[in-house]
Amino acid sequence: MTKGLITDAQNTWCPGCGNFAIQHALKDVILRLESEGVPRENIVLVVGIGCHAKMADYLNVNSLYALHGRAVSFATGICIARPDLFVICCVGDGDAYAEGIAHLLFAAKRNVNMTVLVHNNRVYGLTKGQVTPTSPLEYHGKSNPDSREGIALNPPELLLSVGCSYIARGYSRRQEELKGLIYDGIVHPGFSCIDILQICASFLDKTKEYDRQVYVPLDHNPEDFDAACRLVREYSYEDSGNIPLGVVFHEERDIFHVGTPFSRQRYTDKKGFILRFIEERK
Amino acid sequence: MDGCSVLIGGKAGSGINRAGQTIARMFTQLGYYAYMHYDYPSLIRGGHNFSLIRASTYPVGTHRSGIDILLAMDSPTLSLHRHHCKRDALVIYNSDTVRSDTGSAIPLKSIVARNDGMHVMENTAMIGALASAIGMDWDDCGYVISQEMRKFTQKNLAIARDAFRMQSEKKELKRLSQSPGILLSGNDAVSLGLLSAGLDGYIAYPMSPSTGILHFMADASGETGIQVFQPESEIAAITMAEGMAYAGAKAAVGTSGGGFCLMTEALSMAGMAEIPITIVLAQRSGPSTGTPTYTAQSDLHFAIHAGHGEFPRFVIAPGDAEQAYVWAGHALSLSWQFQVPSILLTDNTLSEGVYTVPPDMLQKRIPASRPVSVHLWEGTEEYQRYRDTEDGISPYASPPLFGAVIKGNSKSHDEWGISVDDGMQLASMTRKQMKKIPSMKDSVSQLKPVLIGGNPDSDICLISWGSNAPLCREAAQVMGIKSVQPIVVHPFPASEMTAATCCSVMTFLLEDNYSGQLADICEAHGIPVDIRLPRFDGRPSAIDQLIEDLWGLVG
Ligand code: SF4
Repeated sequence: MTKGLITDAQNTWCPGCGNFAIQHALKDVILRLESEGVPRENIVLVVGIGCHAKMADYLNVNSLYALHGRAVSFATGICIARPDLFVICCVGDGDAYAEGIAHLLFAAKRNVNMTVLVHNNRVYGLTKGQVTPTSPLEYHGKSNPDSREGIALNPPELLLSVGCSYIARGYSRRQEELKGLIYDGIVHPGFSCIDILQICASFLDKTKEYDRQVYVPLDHNPEDFDAACRLVREYSYEDSGNIPLGVVFHEERDIFHVGTPFSRQRYTDKKGFILRFIEERK
Repeated sequence: MDGCSVLIGGKAGSGINRAGQTIARMFTQLGYYAYMHYDYPSLIRGGHNFSLIRASTYPVGTHRSGIDILLAMDSPTLSLHRHHCKRDALVIYNSDTVRSDTGSAIPLKSIVARNDGMHVMENTAMIGALASAIGMDWDDCGYVISQEMRKFTQKNLAIARDAFRMQSEKKELKRLSQSPGILLSGNDAVSLGLLSAGLDGYIAYPMSPSTGILHFMADASGETGIQVFQPESEIAAITMAEGMAYAGAKAAVGTSGGGFCLMTEALSMAGMAEIPITIVLAQRSGPSTGTPTYTAQSDLHFAIHAGHGEFPRFVIAPGDAEQAYVWAGHALSLSWQFQVPSILLTDNTLSEGVYTVPPDMLQKRIPASRPVSVHLWEGTEEYQRYRDTEDGISPYASPPLFGAVIKGNSKSHDEWGISVDDGMQLASMTRKQMKKIPSMKDSVSQLKPVLIGGNPDSDICLISWGSNAPLCREAAQVMGIKSVQPIVVHPFPASEMTAATCCSVMTFLLEDNYSGQLADICEAHGIPVDIRLPRFDGRPSAIDQLIEDLWGLVG
């Protein structure tokens, strides 16, 4: 393994895949965090299963290559054990919005201090083109050649409804903006989710549409919940309307922690507890 | 009497479990070993609940069906259990609601009303009457009540006292000079055992009969600093616990068959990623939702084979509270020592049963909070999470660790934790994991994984596992035959089991499942089982019934 931020694992993403852009953005954000004094060993990357997940092999940082849909849940465990770590999840849309939706929503509800980057290419890439929860209504993948899956899920709207404290939307072909969103998400105290519209070069290349549709709203106030609701409804992952990018909603609220903080412990060890327990039962 | 069996029965919601525990405590106060079995259907109010409490001069972990004293809080108790009573049994009944021609009439409702108590305190009155019947001093009785009833203590004392005075019929139990120990349920014991091995976190989704552990741990979290959490599902529970373990915290989860089913994908992940995790699998009657509050031992094969792919694991099945305490600690420590999952297999009878445990045993068995043999990274060369070593155990490290990149991986990987699918590397990593098995077996052997009881020289052998072990130990003792209990069931302690059973001319195996799951495993290892004694009605066997059956078979 190299000493830099990229491992020498062979990269197997398709040429032109949006994952490259997300990888570069994330790498640059990690370098920026390091330059600001965050030790690299304090960063942990957790990934699900899918094309996006190869990020764990390619980035030379601590990582847990987890299970399909479960990255956020594993990451929650890491946050419980070590609240001092910077936990970043890379997940796919099929991964986190289908099989793992419950974990995503609950982590947002609890405001677990992690950052989730959803590589939302709106198709299952690694299993060769099936429909995902955010596939367009008209999308006919290999598993639904004749039928339609129904209207697409609007993940930012769903996340808003469960109290997600930082929601943003990025686009893999808007590098600088994307870096800013990821950085802001990581430094945001609490749960942050960045839905990244990513093109899949092999199965759903929406480069032309996205390039035309995306824009950054100038007068949006991300502290305003009602405005955030209106903004997320502007794009329903269906029509060809405008796609607002940037921070949708942002607020600070209590971060999730469980059990009793160490400062409140009355007994310094478990042995003491057991001895006292025995005494009480005698 | 030099031993005693009491049954207290009433409606769900009338505090029958609590009453049973208080009665068990009265027995230990008098110097007896107590055991309690609690029987309840899966509903919160109404329905019939009963506790069977047994006092004995020697350690017991099972109930007896000949009842000496029947405490009937309501009429169904009398009709359902009268025929389980011995001929000279004493019946104490709630004369405000129950009609009976024989026995002691105690007006529980009136006593409670007179003392301005709550309906649920009728059980306190019943306990007071029982204390008097067995010839307890009021002081002893009052002490137990004030210890067990920390809320409304004065009112409870007054109620018990009234009934105590009113009860005149006696069935006296002589006081013993020994003080055998404290009372622990199997779930309490598992919790203490995990804590004794340095547990840092317990994550569980409620499911009978493991829920008691979750409640215990939640109560203990303030004082011990352990992280206790109930997430959205069993899948979340185990994946979070594995996340904790990746970050260096010792974590455990608890569930029953249905929840364990959901956990199996993460169990396989623990196998591939070599994440230490302890799963408490408290068996209940299945398949599917089955009978949530009744017992079974039908998940043995499932525990051993759960998950896809092949990977080493421990499956450990303690039989009573003492073993549950010791082996819960071993399970956690072994998991960390070998970086493999461990499954602590209990059952409803053990989880919710209450046993007498000598307190000095608990004290003596508190090991260091971390197993000394966890392999740690020396920091001299580049860190490889999955370095191939002589015994297959790679150095364990968790973030943040300066200068090291720690890559856990659920996919086939190389020594650094980078995904690979090259055949040579797949084979070498599989071999590395499987290399652990011989040393896992060695470690298990050192912990004495097979317990022999009864008459070790007998050529008739009664094998059992889990909560049936104390039952069979006692039966073997009474009958002068040998009892054998494998506490570790996987990796199967084949040499110890063969040595324990090789001289037998007749072997019985009692287990709470239809097919004889342990019997199959024994036979696969060349240990013949002549007579399988399956039980699958969700109920634990009583000692006297078992002995009668065995005499019939031995001839
Ligand atoms: S299938 Fe699509 S998402 Fe996957 S690597 Fe290829 S282009 Fe990227």
